[in-house]
Amino acid sequence: MATGRNQSAATLEQLLAAKEIVITCGSGGVGKTTTAAALAAEAANHLGGKVLVLTVDPARRLANALGLESIGNTEVRVEPGQFRTTGHGPRGELWAAMLDTKASWDDLVGRHAPDPATRDDILANPLYLNITGRFVQSHDYIAMERLYEIHHEGNYDLIVVDTPPTRNAIDFLEAPKRMADFFSSRFLRWLIAPYRSRLVSAASRPFYQVADRILGSQFLEDIAEFFILFQSMYDGFVDRAEAVSRVLSDKRTTFVVVSTLEAAPLHEAEFFIEQLGARDLHLGALVLNKVLPDYLRDTSAAVVAEQLSQQADDIASRVAPKLGVDVEPSALARVLAEVGDSFSNFQVVAMREAEQRAELAGAPDVVATVPYFEHDIYDLGGLLALGDEIWRR
Amino acid sequence: MPVDLLDRKLVFVTGKGGVGKSTVSAALAMLAARRGKRVLLGEVDAKGNLADFFECGTTTFEEREIQPNLFAMSMNTEESLKEYLSLQLKIPLLARIGPLARTFDFVANAAPGVKEILTIGKFVFEVRQGTYDLVVVDAVATGHIVGQLTAPESINELVQVGRVRNQTEWMVKILHDAATTGLVIVTTPEEMPVNETSELVDRLEATTPVDLAAIVVNRVLPELFGRSEEALFETLAEPAGVAALTDAVNGPVQPVLDAARLAVELRRSRAEHLAVLRERIDDRAPLMYLPYLFARSHGLRATHQLADRLGEELGY
Repeated sequence: MATGRNQSAATLEQLLAAKEIVITCGSGGVGKTTTAAALAAEAANHLGGKVLVLTVDPARRLANALGLESIGNTEVRVEPGQFRTTGHGPRGELWAAMLDTKASWDDLVGRHAPDPATRDDILANPLYLNITGRFVQSHDYIAMERLYEIHHEGNYDLIVVDTPPTRNAIDFLEAPKRMADFFSSRFLRWLIAPYRSRLVSAASRPFYQVADRILGSQFLEDIAEFFILFQSMYDGFVDRAEAVSRVLSDKRTTFVVVSTLEAAPLHEAEFFIEQLGARDLHLGALVLNKVLPDYLRDTSAAVVAEQLSQQADDIASRVAPKLGVDVEPSALARVLAEVGDSFSNFQVVAMREAEQRAELAGAPDVVATVPYFEHDIYDLGGLLALGDEIWRR
Repeated sequence: MPVDLLDRKLVFVTGKGGVGKSTVSAALAMLAARRGKRVLLGEVDAKGNLADFFECGTTTFEEREIQPNLFAMSMNTEESLKEYLSLQLKIPLLARIGPLARTFDFVANAAPGVKEILTIGKFVFEVRQGTYDLVVVDAVATGHIVGQLTAPESINELVQVGRVRNQTEWMVKILHDAATTGLVIVTTPEEMPVNETSELVDRLEATTPVDLAAIVVNRVLPELFGRSEEALFETLAEPAGVAALTDAVNGPVQPVLDAARLAVELRRSRAEHLAVLRERIDDRAPLMYLPYLFARSHGLRATHQLADRLGEELGY
């Protein structure tokens, strides 16, 4: 069933059969979360085993689509009955969890703190609360950390995770390294040194004078206290961040880039593909989402659309008598002209999309195209329908 | 009656990723500039989108006139820090700024609110200086905008004394004055953006007095048929209709009819989401609508078209 290590998969099915971690990425609004859920649902359905979809998107809709009341940090199983109502008998189990940034940070501190007193001090520190609650980059890191933790526990055959909506799609790739750098930084030690030794070297005195004037010494002391507390977890943290980094580059991990055929998301997708290559990370597939149907680029249909737009009255007068019902030719002409105009409008967009696609650089072997679904996906059946579109391509 | 959008001095534009936040910011700035205002358009997420919308080359922290009356810049927090230190805190010693800037990342990461305040502070500062009639900020996405708008208060909570604290007071005053500052949320008539928008509106009301100036619904599809016309279309799509139409034209009819059906379906599902949005927002903010552009690219021409439509929505 599994393809070899260096052999590239030809379909998403083969890709997901060979990997243990699938990370979907791409810019905001392209359908990352939905794609991740659809891939996980398909894997549970066709491949079997225990499959987890780990989402960072707090959207209720995904919980609803999976037939769950809500999802949180603890993994919950999607009822097999949900599959049966869609006419599927799944071979495996589908589980879901959502990243709770705050709870995950608290867990992490609990694991690494040397003793309960330090743990409680950290958990109560105002800076800690701020960082874990608001600091965007902490979100990136904790998502990867949680992924590592779940994978390490070894309860799942496959974990599909979507990535946080970062400013820059590669931020989360660098999050573990940045976190390790942060805690091992020379500057950090320099910053907290005076609060430890109460001695400021002549070299660093100007900095403290400036910093004092800007921020006030109380604030600097707060920062220092926070980091002194955190230093007690230093070794554990750095080791851990490095382990998380290794998971991303592990052979069992693959990335699925999701994009629409609009210029900005595609640009980001290309950049991401390039960055994966530069980091020697595995690019498994590209999923092009919300793509307009091929028939919009049919040139002979475009000729028909033009006729409808320009000769609506003439065509209406010839067609109206043959419709079998009483039809006002002028009303029919309006409809025909609208139909013709609409086709031409959508054709412009479809052509633009096709061109964008043709220009796409560095695309992987597996490129799956998902049509523009006319309806929103609101249940497991919808997710599976979407999954079926891309599964064997 | 709320203050006219273009009569404010500072407008933040936010929205879920992918809804066209930058496009709308560009159109808004363009409209104001065309109406004779001196406008600064600032891009916070340095993705370089502005360059595409104005076909003007990359923008930097140093503002540059890219259209008549329209100046553009991209936020860079380190540059902003340097400017802040020299202008606001009267610390002219460049030699000391060097190591400080290098340490900046650590302080900024350790103290949430610092990066945000440098971002927001730059724009509020421009308003106080009065160099521009209007500052339009292509701001961060819905998930982070509240953190950014409330950064001065967060700083106040954390920093009890010092110059920074003194600096936050005038910022808060400008941000909280509805005649000066307004927030625009961009959305599309789709499920997720509509949800995020109404959630943000609730959160804003609960956390900050910053005025919600407008919600711009972007990419609204045109309505193809009225109700009686839709019945006619259905008759036309039946076998007899397709046959008659095929006789009357030279070429395949089915793709053209399929495309019309797709357009109708897309419009219908979007109309439902729009109705949900209207109901949830009620009279809490004015709604404005921008059409889906069937354009070849989103360059300068598209920006002009959207500016035209925005002008119509504002009653110009």
